Amino acid sequence: MAATRGKSFAGRFGVHIAVLVFVVIWTIPTLGILVSSLRDKDQIVASGWWNSFASSSQTEAGRLPAASAQVQKDGKYVIEGNIFGDGAKRDISAFGFKAATPTQYKAGTAADLGDGVTLQVNADGGFVLASPKAFEGDRGQRVYFASSAPPKFTSENYNAVLFSEGIGRSFMNSLTVTIPATIIPILIAAFAAYALAWMRFPGRALLIAVIIGLLVVPLQMSLIPLLKLYNGVGTFFGVPSKTYLGIWLAHTGFGLPFAIYLLRSYIAGLPREIMESARIDGASDFEIFVKIVLPLSFPVLASFAIFQFLWVWNDLLVAMVFLGTAPDQIVLTAKLNALLGSRGGNWEILTTSAFITIIVPLAVFFSLQRYFVRGLLAGSVKGG
Amino acid sequence: MATQIFSAIFVIIIGVGGCVAYFWGANKLLDLVFPSRGVSGAAAVDNLRRQGLVRPWLFVGPAMIILTIYLIYPVIETLRLSFLDRGGANFVGLANYEWAFGDHDFRNSILNNVLWLAVVPAACTFLGLIIAVLTDKIWWGTIAKSLIFLPLAISFVGASVIWKFIYEYRGEGQVQIGLLNAIIQYFGGQPQVWISLPFWNNFFLMIILIWIQTGFAMVILSSALRGIPEETLEAAVIDGANPFQIFWKIMVPQIWGTIAVVWTTITILVLKVFDIVLTMTNGQWNSQVLANLMFDWMFRGGGDFGRGATIAIIIMIAVIPIMIWNIRQANKETGGH
Repeated sequence: MAATRGKSFAGRFGVHIAVLVFVVIWTIPTLGILVSSLRDKDQIVASGWWNSFASSSQTEAGRLPAASAQVQKDGKYVIEGNIFGDGAKRDISAFGFKAATPTQYKAGTAADLGDGVTLQVNADGGFVLASPKAFEGDRGQRVYFASSAPPKFTSENYNAVLFSEGIGRSFMNSLTVTIPATIIPILIAAFAAYALAWMRFPGRALLIAVIIGLLVVPLQMSLIPLLKLYNGVGTFFGVPSKTYLGIWLAHTGFGLPFAIYLLRSYIAGLPREIMESARIDGASDFEIFVKIVLPLSFPVLASFAIFQFLWVWNDLLVAMVFLGTAPDQIVLTAKLNALLGSRGGNWEILTTSAFITIIVPLAVFFSLQRYFVRGLLAGSVKGG
Repeated sequence: MATQIFSAIFVIIIGVGGCVAYFWGANKLLDLVFPSRGVSGAAAVDNLRRQGLVRPWLFVGPAMIILTIYLIYPVIETLRLSFLDRGGANFVGLANYEWAFGDHDFRNSILNNVLWLAVVPAACTFLGLIIAVLTDKIWWGTIAKSLIFLPLAISFVGASVIWKFIYEYRGEGQVQIGLLNAIIQYFGGQPQVWISLPFWNNFFLMIILIWIQTGFAMVILSSALRGIPEETLEAAVIDGANPFQIFWKIMVPQIWGTIAVVWTTITILVLKVFDIVLTMTNGQWNSQVLANLMFDWMFRGGGDFGRGATIAIIIMIAVIPIMIWNIRQANKETGGH
């Protein structure tokens, strides 16, 4: 804590450094997948993402053209061409003709293959294989080389992931789950919160205590009975048990205690005079609620909306229990989890998919951070 | 894709519209049944009174029904199921609980959960507090806080992918593309498969949650720190207290209540931690936790609801003290209201 001294120059400098270290540690992981998602998929495995702005080098193997490509030149038999053929050119730093020593010769020098046969590979991939005797056989000479490719950034991964890995579809599914699962609890909770804050009826205090108790009930308590209930309802009415309606109601149920708690404490704090003067003017509770309470409560409604949106968007557990895994229902988090299993080593797919799943929360977070923080401060007894 | 978008918009309108229609319609209906306008004075007063009796229930009704179905009934049902066998048909007494305490995976989960509870809330609160204090002193503190706060918006699955990439291990002789192994190798160490190292892998999973939750602790504690009256800090400075003393003897005691709230909030979250373990190891290499074990039993071999429910009850028991504390606290605050 010496860094908090703050008065001396060294102290203040220390504070800056300490904060910078924290910021770097907290930012680097996310930066890593963002950068990787934009890299060429061969480069992702060839070098760490922190090297992605430098050229990446790799050792490759190739085969030169067979004997049929030879021409006679100055009394020698020669095969000429470019290792990369018509493909993208890279810089070759070294080459060899044995698997054990793939980088024995520097680019531009000539290697002696024995029997007077020489092979020269230039930095641009051009090669000359020359021999005093005619080449035979239909298999060309094996050649190994170390090449470095310039950094290559591409949006190809995003195209692949969105349209052929099914992430695009899952994105739509996530939106389909999240939007109603955010709006429905707000409506239901706002009415309940107003009644609990400003209307007199028996059992009100008990109801408030129950809601505060329910704030911390673990989701796990609800899963099995609800799964049974949904299956029962599905069988009884002959409808699918995994539906969007089912998951909206589930998210509504799980979000309600926090919503009511948060909205009630805000609505209870609105000035009494406004309500009373409206009532004297003959407004009913419904009118007071719609015309006065709702507009005044906008900040807290926004806070809760952001919370619930992030919660539902980021949820995996509820989606895995109450929604199917077919392409028409699987949400982003569940899809990402499935990809981790099936595409475990394909980092170009995983990093890109992960980044797509976090784009929306990050956008919401950055644009509405003020409301988010306010909600956090008002509702920090909730268990998350 | 187009049909999906259409049907999504359609169901959204139906769902949200249904809600609006209920509140508006129920209210309209009440006004029609007990009219307060256009009837004689006495009848109007009478009807207004009746409206006042019914209307609160129209307002809280949907919330109560949903809370009952989705939270209250399940709590009771889960408790009941924990005394039944896997299909929920036969009463088996405490057999599920006996099984649990004899089961290797369960005991391992309890142990790991205790480890998580000991490390994560403490680490988040401590780091959050330090960052809150430090960022308050510099001009770019708000930006720094935003960046540290940012992981809170990322899903646990997304965070798991992010960290899995950091822990990535490539075989001997290959280029290490995982940051951690690359750093270890740079300093001459031996790259490891971090998430399959028994015991220590727990800590690599915990780091993910700490990374996410420190921002939460920081924001709450930062606002509590701002609430400390300037005079007490100034008085301490005048009395010659050093920054270390100011922090521990003046700041920390004044925000003790907030620290407790942050600590308990993260504690509850830790008890429910599921996604991180599922996506990183799925409980392999002795990294199982209760919430993931419960999910496992819920679907394993068609689902053993008795054992799943038992594990849920164990999680619930751990939460109950916090629940009681919360209700007491709330009663104290609203005592006069």
